[in-house]
Amino acid sequence: MTIYDVIIIGSGPAGLTAGIYTSRANLKTLMVAGSKWGGQLMLTEGVENFPGFPEGIQGPELMTSMRKQAEKHGVEIVDEDMVRIEMGDRPYRTNTTNRSYRSRAIIIATGAATQWLNVPGEQELIGRGVSSCAPCDAPFFKGKRVIVVGGGDAAMEEALVLTKFADEVTIVHRRSEFRASQIMQERVKNNSKIKIKWNTEISEIVGKEKIEKVKFKDGTEMEADGVFVAIGHKPASKIFEGKIDLDEKDYIKRQGQKYLTMSNVEGVFVAGDVHDYRYRQAITAAGYGCEAALDVERWLSENGTA
Amino acid sequence: MAAVHLTKADFDDKIKVGISLVDFWAEWCGPCKMAAPVIDGLADEYAGKVVVAKLDVDAEPEIAQKFGVMSIPTVILFKDGAELARQVGFAGKQGYLDLLKKVIQ
Repeated sequence: MTIYDVIIIGSGPAGLTAGIYTSRANLKTLMVAGSKWGGQLMLTEGVENFPGFPEGIQGPELMTSMRKQAEKHGVEIVDEDMVRIEMGDRPYRTNTTNRSYRSRAIIIATGAATQWLNVPGEQELIGRGVSSCAPCDAPFFKGKRVIVVGGGDAAMEEALVLTKFADEVTIVHRRSEFRASQIMQERVKNNSKIKIKWNTEISEIVGKEKIEKVKFKDGTEMEADGVFVAIGHKPASKIFEGKIDLDEKDYIKRQGQKYLTMSNVEGVFVAGDVHDYRYRQAITAAGYGCEAALDVERWLSENGTA
Repeated sequence: MAAVHLTKADFDDKIKVGISLVDFWAEWCGPCKMAAPVIDGLADEYAGKVVVAKLDVDAEPEIAQKFGVMSIPTVILFKDGAELARQVGFAGKQGYLDLLKKVIQ
């Protein structure tokens, strides 16, 4: 069986950047990209804050380019889902849906997945009016009334994308102020199609084949055709539970002393949104991927013959 | 062989008999671009057994509306013209195989 120097789990900006660095350092690198490769940016429209693209770039285009760059430098990529890692003997054994692999080091860059509201009606109506991806689904809401839930940059972007199609966009937010960046807040507040409902939470989404209305916790209701959920993400760390230290919100903890990006398990490193609850940007994820790759390179040169 | 593209002129006719798998997609949809090669692969693998087809929701909004498709990619499994199941959002090859397993071994 081939023994890789490093297996990278995940294929967003963190994973792909790590791969570019490890392959350029001549480390034999396998990326387990997941069947839904590319991460959150595959669900994003224009990315305006990634340096190097003065006109902005489409999320999927950016990820396709990063993937090509990683492949060009020799990263072997499989679009399989990681299901189990074994932290016993080294080289570590990891198992995807298809087969098993071995590697001296691991970089976990599995990112984060959509946090849903978990209210009645939501799961049943996904794809029938409930969505987490305005750039994907906005055109279906031409001339309709939609609700966006959330208060961060993602929610602002969803609302702005939707105004190109929908007649009326209402942002529902549980607090009395947004945590989104100033520039995004300004754009939202200056858009006449967007209304804001502060201090409000949805308690139920009502409808059968399509959404009819939503109910709020204060007992009021509102008719709507679409509900776009943008309340954040939760780390994709489930398969590591019990094997690697997670914090109380299930983020993987970086706790290396000598190697800052190392988890509590020797030789297992972490990068991007699966550990970062604070910054969560494409560019910071890429930065963490670079850090983890450099740490792996150094760690392998000191401990790598195992 | 890539998946066939359906239009409202031939949609009902093409899915009327046997098993069909239809990918509702559009040019502007990022995840649809991930699904496209997987769907084309299934068209090859299941040639002669399953009608694997695509429907451009921009070109044929009436059909998308008829099936209540409000999110893409959505892949719907039909048997003799009737919907059996659907997968909303890109599910990877395995997700689509799981759909097909509902009707063929």
